[in-house]
Amino acid sequence: MEGLLPDLDVVRKDFPILARVLADGRPLIYLDSANTSQKPQVVIDTMVDHLERHNANIARAMHQLGAEATAAYEDARDKVAAFIGAPDRDEVVFTKNITEGLNLLANTLAWPGPHQVGPGDEIVITEMEHHSNIVPWQLLCERTGATLRWFGLTDDGRLDLSNVDELINERTKVVSLVWVSNMLGTINPVGEIARRAHEVGALVMLDAAQAAPQLPIDLASMPDDERPDLLGFTGHKVVGPTGVGVLWGRRSLLDQLPPFLGGGEMIETVTMEKSTYAPVPHKFEAGTPPIVEAVGLGAAVDYLSVLGMDNVHRHEQAITAYALEGLQAVPGLRVLGPTDATQRGGAISFEIPGVHPHDVATVLDTRGIAVRAGHHCAKPAHARFGVQSSTRMSSYLYTTPAEIDALVEGLEYTRSYFGLS
Amino acid sequence: MSTDLDALYQEIILDHYKNPHHKGLREPFEAEVHHVNPTCGDEVTLRVHLEDGPNGQRVGDVSYDALGCSISQASASVLTDLVIGRQVDEAMAIHDEFLTLMQGKGQVEPDEEVLEDGVAFAGVAKFPARIKCALLSWMAWKDATTTAQLEEAQ
Repeated sequence: MEGLLPDLDVVRKDFPILARVLADGRPLIYLDSANTSQKPQVVIDTMVDHLERHNANIARAMHQLGAEATAAYEDARDKVAAFIGAPDRDEVVFTKNITEGLNLLANTLAWPGPHQVGPGDEIVITEMEHHSNIVPWQLLCERTGATLRWFGLTDDGRLDLSNVDELINERTKVVSLVWVSNMLGTINPVGEIARRAHEVGALVMLDAAQAAPQLPIDLASMPDDERPDLLGFTGHKVVGPTGVGVLWGRRSLLDQLPPFLGGGEMIETVTMEKSTYAPVPHKFEAGTPPIVEAVGLGAAVDYLSVLGMDNVHRHEQAITAYALEGLQAVPGLRVLGPTDATQRGGAISFEIPGVHPHDVATVLDTRGIAVRAGHHCAKPAHARFGVQSSTRMSSYLYTTPAEIDALVEGLEYTRSYFGLS
Repeated sequence: MSTDLDALYQEIILDHYKNPHHKGLREPFEAEVHHVNPTCGDEVTLRVHLEDGPNGQRVGDVSYDALGCSISQASASVLTDLVIGRQVDEAMAIHDEFLTLMQGKGQVEPDEEVLEDGVAFAGVAKFPARIKCALLSWMAWKDATTTAQLEEAQ
């Protein structure tokens, strides 16, 4: 098959879990990577090595291990900065996950400062957002009196841009949207939307939780007016560990935003009356950060860079095209979202009328196939397509065409098990 | 493989799923609750009507509207079969028996005398992800019944 990663068998050997045998001797077929990706040995080894040999708190321990741990943590920041082409490595803030990154922004915008949001201001999101890019903005609007607005969706699962000029207007303070949908798979025209948002002086936040694992990202090379002001993703979807995420923000903006969490590490000096704050990124990293997780994330993005994100993207497109073809051959199956593999990411949600997604997932699970069933934290997007939940397969760089064949066969079996003809 | 699957999807469960008993929302009722399973989005709206019987309060009717998988739908159907017409305390005892079965990790032997078609759910206890599906309407029923009793007490 054209486009697959060269030496896919060798790449798969980097991921020890892919050799797992499940109940009844079934080999694992892991098609839930949009939920969390599996980890290569190098990430596991890097974290173990750090814990075995270099563990200490960072930036404060006046001893050799402290220096080593600090260097490893800051080295991870350099690696992440290189991975997304950040113009400045100090613009990379380690968070707990993308959810924290989005909440950091939505919270700090409530406080006095050049970007404070208030009554009459508007926040624009989209109907295909993950709950983590909906709820923080609802909270901000409740707290400040601002108004939440959103792009609707077309029947084929794209953003309805017909009212873009009305939706993004001089009252718009923030446009926060997903780059690649976790449910529909849609790749959004984020450059075009950023351009419009910047025309009216709004900030642009990109949820790159599904984009960072799949698309090459080079912030520095983007045209100035198309570059987002902030971009976030989570470590565990880019073959890194859970517990660490990334919020990149334009330096001048991060400098202007007030702190989010207060505590150790984020200060310059503290008196009983008042404190001053450390420069970014430390201003936004209160308390002991997830050190070994950040170190593991550094190894993860290095691993992806060695494979080459262009190659990873090509692999995803090839597998996604093959999966779309296979899925659509299953009688009655309806794919939610675009059916052109070049316009979407590797998460494919679908429904089979007559079998509930939970039942689909359970039957597949007994065949060793791991998929997700439910609303995938995108209830409004499901409501838009008139379904309460869906089944989602999501591939990644280690997915093989044979695994897609097994999924399609499993779905045929599911249909017959539930008596659909 | 299909042994486990067949243990989960007993014929009785699939029958109740395809032809649910007592489905639909009816009058009269003293309490209505809406329960959701936040992880998957399954929903049930359930009403309880209590009536006075010779030996105390009885479950006069349980009516419901539910969206969800075969397990959650069939479980609601079996629930109504088991509790409608019973004394409330008897029905609560059946609820407790079902809960024990679901939380028993597959180690609890179900009592067919008490649970009737409910014994078919014994296999669900071996699928941790599905236990909440089976319990959704039972939790809703307990909530609605308690609410109805409180209303009455006031």
